[in-house]
Amino acid sequence: MTDTPSSFSGTDSYLTDPGLEAAVQAALVLEKPLLVRGEPGTGKTLLAEAIAEAEGLELITWHVKSTTRAQDGLYHYDTVQRLYDSRFGDHDVRDIREYIHLGPLGRAFRSDERVVLLIDEVDKADIEFPNDLLHELDRMRFTVAETGDVVAARHRPIVIITSNAEKELPDAFLRRCVFHFIDFPDRDLMGRIVAVHHPGLDEDLLQNALDVFYGVRDMDRLRKRPSTSELIDWLAMLQARGISEIPRGTDTPFLGTLLKKEQDLRTFDDDGNGGPRRRYL
Amino acid sequence: MAERPFFLPLVYRLRQLGVPVGTQETVALAEALARDLHNHSLDDFYYLARSLLIHHEGHLDAYDRAFLAEFRGVPDLSLTLTEELRQWLDEARAGTVDLSAEERAFLESLDLEELRELFEQRKRDQTERHDGGNTWIGTQGTSPFGEAGFAPGGISTGSSGGGRMAFHTADARQYQGYRSDVVLDIRQMEVALRRLRAFVREGAEEELDIEGTIDATARNAGDIEVVTRPPRRPDTHLILMIDVGGSMFPYASLMSQLFSAAKKATHFKELRTLYFHNLPYGKVYETDRFTEPVWLQDLMRQCGSHYRLIMVGDAYMAPYELGQRGPVGPGDRTGISGLEWLASLRHHFPGSVWLNPEPRTHWHGSTIEVIGQVFDMYPLTVDGLTEAMNHLRRRAA
Repeated sequence: MTDTPSSFSGTDSYLTDPGLEAAVQAALVLEKPLLVRGEPGTGKTLLAEAIAEAEGLELITWHVKSTTRAQDGLYHYDTVQRLYDSRFGDHDVRDIREYIHLGPLGRAFRSDERVVLLIDEVDKADIEFPNDLLHELDRMRFTVAETGDVVAARHRPIVIITSNAEKELPDAFLRRCVFHFIDFPDRDLMGRIVAVHHPGLDEDLLQNALDVFYGVRDMDRLRKRPSTSELIDWLAMLQARGISEIPRGTDTPFLGTLLKKEQDLRTFDDDGNGGPRRRYL
Repeated sequence: MAERPFFLPLVYRLRQLGVPVGTQETVALAEALARDLHNHSLDDFYYLARSLLIHHEGHLDAYDRAFLAEFRGVPDLSLTLTEELRQWLDEARAGTVDLSAEERAFLESLDLEELRELFEQRKRDQTERHDGGNTWIGTQGTSPFGEAGFAPGGISTGSSGGGRMAFHTADARQYQGYRSDVVLDIRQMEVALRRLRAFVREGAEEELDIEGTIDATARNAGDIEVVTRPPRRPDTHLILMIDVGGSMFPYASLMSQLFSAAKKATHFKELRTLYFHNLPYGKVYETDRFTEPVWLQDLMRQCGSHYRLIMVGDAYMAPYELGQRGPVGPGDRTGISGLEWLASLRHHFPGSVWLNPEPRTHWHGSTIEVIGQVFDMYPLTVDGLTEAMNHLRRRAA
């Protein structure tokens, strides 16, 4: 590969930090998959979109589910369709290639231009799933067993893999990846993230909201801690209602946007925020 | 590309701290440095090396510690690293480590003699000087760091920040919370318990077996022949036996977390939770208020050896309590001792472990040690629970 990728420093709407930039850079230059972990709502998936945007490349997304197998990413041989067609004789079923459909990985390899391939939530699938992909990701090629065709990458795709830290990933897989853990944004970064979504937000309101937000996040017994998107929604609500000052405690308006579990709302009450809540929403 | 791998001690320190890094990561880092991805600054090196050497947030704290120790002249163990480094290089050269052609070429390019000299020098420096340890960053001519910026892979410590930001970041130790050797939260427990997952196909045939259908249809000369099969169902039977009250009181919330994690897990065919105090003396209870007793004898009759047994307790008590007797059944007046009860449970359930919320350092020289001889005992931490579940899984296989 001769073209050196330009250094990645986020986009207008995606803010990065030096650690993330270093990891992305290493992944681009060393041509290794970038594994991104972090708690939900820290923008793991958005990162792939941001990289695609910054590099001006197409993004191919592969959403992994609990039933996904490695084979699904390569290609799918639609035997049932072929069988069906053969019974009614209205298709030429002799050409098996007609029934081979490339999966996301296959499409990324076949693409005429370099693409960004996002393998989203890799930990959802079976524990062996990542290992099954190792060979294809290393060699950037695979063979369609039914036809003997070789699908080889014309341009090595930029591979971004996200994981929710739910399941341990196999060591052999981890060793091949560049790793980055997206930390929950600190107050300063959060302020800038919010500014991207709510330009012109009143500074006092922002600081006020951040106080409450981080206060809530610091509570120990929460089942689901609010993340960036909840904060952004909450601010949207506050703005829409023209609220400029947030009282602490029971009267925190629209707390239901931040805390989505009944139990958490009760925890919030118990934690010295006193009194019965009047306004969940 | 004859650079000195100044980062090797960092790799070895990480290994000492239990972080799994090996040749592959090391070579990747060397390649990255050869391509100047660190911009010759220690700040960038901190992030670069982190992204390549670390694969799990649980190890980020170890990385911060290692980085601080290695690059800030904290008195440390780097002398022992010298030997290890030599060994590693010798091994790598001797071909005992699996390397690709490029990796091998990189290793060949290292001058072993030069490296040896470098480390000998450092060793001398350290034994002679007592002013605060190894000067990884300094004006010493031997260091790959330094004002002049030596080898292409070296790092300049001069005007450009001098790694102050990296130290600041590392110093903050903000990833302490993600360390996996500390006590766990509920989700981590769920993840660990998931290791006990096992499936079996049994029951009513209500799922279409596509592969089978196609195969049967083909054999049937193209006339569709539908084949069905039973769906996959979980096949793990688990008994959770929890010590409550007394010395277990401080761990009450941890116990309730473990309990709810186990309850929430959908991959058990059957989960029985039973309670006891100190030791199961002949009977255990369905509730933590010790109502609804269950005789151990009956339990062992109902539950075959395919059940996994997880005992949870601090195993800490007065020594005489081990010998206290519990009746075998209603009306039995002699009974057998608590320790014997444990042994018979252990014998009946080959797949069994004991989880102990007390840290491992407290185990020695008390009843914990004795009980640890009966049951395979693991600390109730992320690592401990994972180890325990792996143990159970192996037992089942």
